[in-house]
Amino acid sequence: MVVDELSDAQVDAMFRALADATRRDIVTRVFSEGVSVSQLALKYEMSFAAVQKHVAILHTAGLVTKQRQGREQIVRGDVRTIQRAQELLARLEDVWTQRVLRMEAVLNAE
Amino acid sequence: MKVTTHTDPEALAMTTSAELSASAERAWQLVSDPRKLERWWGPPEWPATFVRFDFEPGGRAHYYMQGPDGERLHGWWKFVSITAQTELFIEDGFADENGEPSGDLGVTTARVTFEPTDSGTRLTILSQYQSLDQLEAMLEMGMEEGMRLAVGQIESILRDEPEGN
Repeated sequence: MVVDELSDAQVDAMFRALADATRRDIVTRVFSEGVSVSQLALKYEMSFAAVQKHVAILHTAGLVTKQRQGREQIVRGDVRTIQRAQELLARLEDVWTQRVLRMEAVLNAE
Repeated sequence: MKVTTHTDPEALAMTTSAELSASAERAWQLVSDPRKLERWWGPPEWPATFVRFDFEPGGRAHYYMQGPDGERLHGWWKFVSITAQTELFIEDGFADENGEPSGDLGVTTARVTFEPTDSGTRLTILSQYQSLDQLEAMLEMGMEEGMRLAVGQIESILRDEPEGN
């Protein structure tokens, strides 16, 4: 998959996936190293099935990869997709940040 | 001046705030005076010109942003509510060359508030988007700006570089 060519539907899924606090937390945990679903389940006060469901949503959004290792499913962050999400948000923020910086420049020029 | 932003991806909303070094009275002119507004609304390479500006509740504005190749991108505003020197709430959308709403990208809203502080005015902008398609369209402008700035920087570096290097 070419990251720069994510479809609107994929971007939509990505944003919806990241809108949940637990899922954002999972992404943070699996960003640097793979963590099994059962290890993840121990970290949250929710059922194994509920954690599995969160992981499935992150997987559909392309934010994590799943790899079977023996009886375990190892979850890893998909760095490229996460970077794309961050980039979209940063660009959105930048439009208004630049406007506010120009506002201050207009005031200072008076 | 430090600009802080907070993004809420689920709500497609964003808050931008900063403390401007001017009284609320002067800061308010940035949104109420179209000639001042033109100096900050568009990126440097896409300056905005407001051709209509009915600054009253329910009133409309029509502007265009002109790109380096002469291309014009038209937009409209509706002034939903105005509280002088305190709050401005607008709807913003794409328009045709007559300033009439166009396309199916819908509207974005911006609530701009001004609060006096000891040393100036606290400015807060709450922007609300409707869809990711719309967001992407809006971002085209921001990306354009970033790219052109980068190109400009490369050009100035090359100019300053002595011959033969």
